[in-house]
Amino acid sequence: MTWLRLAFANLALSPLTTAVNVLLMGLGTASIVLLLLASAQLSDTMSRDARGIDLVVGATGSPVQLILSAVYHADVPPGNIRLEDAQKWAEDPRVKTSIPVSLGDSVRGFRIVGTTPEFLSIYHAQFASGGAWTKPMQAVVGSAVAAATGFAPGSKFAGAHGLVDGGHVHDGESYVVVGVLAPTGTVQDRLVMTSLESVWTLHGENVEHTHEAHDHETGEAPGADEHRHDVGHHDHDAHEESEAQSHEEDTHAHEGHEIAEARVDSEAEITAMLLSYRTPLAATSLPRDINATGSLQAASPAMEVSRVLQLVGVGMTALTAFAWVLVATAGLSIFAALYGSLRARRGEHAMLRCLGATRGELLLYLITEGLLMSLLGVALGVLLGHGVMELVGSWLSNSRGVVMTGWTWAPSEALLLLGLLCVGGLSAFIPAIQAYRTDVARTLAEA
Amino acid sequence: MSHNSSANPVVEAKSLSFRYGSRDAVNIDSFQLDAGESLAVIGPSGCGKTTLLHLLAGLLKPAAGSIEFLGRDITSMGGAQLDRFRGQYIGMVFQRLFLMPALTVRQNVELAQQLARQPRDNGRIDALLQQLDLVELSHRKPRMLSQGQAQRVAIARALVHRPALVLADEPTSALDEQHADQALALLKEAAAEVDAALLVVTHDTRLTGRLDRELEMRTPT
Repeated sequence: MTWLRLAFANLALSPLTTAVNVLLMGLGTASIVLLLLASAQLSDTMSRDARGIDLVVGATGSPVQLILSAVYHADVPPGNIRLEDAQKWAEDPRVKTSIPVSLGDSVRGFRIVGTTPEFLSIYHAQFASGGAWTKPMQAVVGSAVAAATGFAPGSKFAGAHGLVDGGHVHDGESYVVVGVLAPTGTVQDRLVMTSLESVWTLHGENVEHTHEAHDHETGEAPGADEHRHDVGHHDHDAHEESEAQSHEEDTHAHEGHEIAEARVDSEAEITAMLLSYRTPLAATSLPRDINATGSLQAASPAMEVSRVLQLVGVGMTALTAFAWVLVATAGLSIFAALYGSLRARRGEHAMLRCLGATRGELLLYLITEGLLMSLLGVALGVLLGHGVMELVGSWLSNSRGVVMTGWTWAPSEALLLLGLLCVGGLSAFIPAIQAYRTDVARTLAEA
Repeated sequence: MSHNSSANPVVEAKSLSFRYGSRDAVNIDSFQLDAGESLAVIGPSGCGKTTLLHLLAGLLKPAAGSIEFLGRDITSMGGAQLDRFRGQYIGMVFQRLFLMPALTVRQNVELAQQLARQPRDNGRIDALLQQLDLVELSHRKPRMLSQGQAQRVAIARALVHRPALVLADEPTSALDEQHADQALALLKEAAAEVDAALLVVTHDTRLTGRLDRELEMRTPT
């Protein structure tokens, strides 16, 4: 306690030097903490968004682009594919579930995804209000969309062509919101989901059994009640069982599957088909078989995410290296401050020995000073790092729907803090050794 | 350089010698200082006065001879043991005071008590600050003190733990005559109050007559 108090008092004696050292250490710490938090949460977010999707079938081109567009909704898709072609693979025995997605429009910067209600269950979505669409031109909005636009059940909006704000607005066609999802912490929060027919309708595709009859003003369509179903994955096992059941139950089959049956000969297009494997073994053969067709591309979110994270990782590594340079500078600054003051404090150290301090205590005293400066810097850096992450996270959450927060701990943070404190201890070590070796008699005689 | 033996010696040295390289710095056949006694060590520059003080404080190891402090041979003590022993039984005042600049007057005095491994005794600190007229200054940092005030703080620090021996090396050389007289009087009074032996190294002949005894050292040949 004596040494801690004395070390604190000494730091307070040179406030400017102490402040500079603490600030340097704080900036270095904050940079590393920020990078750790961002990379850990980016990885988590990407894994969470791809959960339940083993394979994406889409147009040929860049697999990363396909995954970024169809899973993360962060890029334009490489192109469209015929539903009929994708459906063939959806019915493959190696496939457990299949969900078509069709992109192309947006509203106020949020993407409109034409899909089946099974899409809602990928992220275990719960409805905050309303329910799933039952007819074309009805839409379900994610929590971030609702928060940003104020959409609630009954709200109407027109979609705009293109995946970013500012595209041509489909004036004549209005969507009506029928459901708002509770937050899932996934990409779904910032999506507007509707039926495939809605997207086809707006893009003038031949939608024989729905488009001709449905009312664009209200979104009502004849026989819509027959398509009502629960939110849930399109499970082929369940479907096989249902085929043996009554005709009435057949009319309640999943919308996506019904579409496939009704439009198998049409030219209808989708952007991608999201598949999950029946068994892990499918991962070895299914992508290869799909890619062998030449007209389709199969991409694994896990592999492409890993590739993206590797690319991001290069930048992160560079930034982390820069942050460590800041930490090293802080360490050197602490060393310079303590070493530079040694000469002036030699008499003080000799007097401490006269008062009964041992060499070991003198060593501890100097190291405590270095550690204290580091500790103050690290504490400042942790607050700064987490605070900035929270600010950035709030902004990303509001503007991009990306869930990131500063009020969490990165797994390696504790180890980092320990390392940073060691930097302070090491910085003080040489000055501490010098103090340890103080020749008391000579110092007093020369004074 | 001998003194009649007493039943109550604080420090006793026999056949004490110390060399800087090949040069003899101290050669003393026998030396003794009793509790409550004050001694002026005088002599020309380089005669070994300060070296003797450092030997008695255990800051230097003698080349030969023994130093018994309260009956314990300090020359055989190890580093940390000797440091703790010094902190507990010896108080020191130097020409340069080396007060801790980061601490207040009171904290400087407290520090000496803590380093002597004594339980905190606020009553003792208060009494000493009162005795040395430092109460009003107790929250000041050393840079806010005059030389005389700082000298009194150094005396308080040297005596707060009730040492058996007070060693003072040229304690008045930076002071004018009036302040030097006051400082010595305070030192004697405070040391006597705890029945400590007092050894003052000085070249100021005005002070010698004011202490119980004097020891004149000569430059070793």
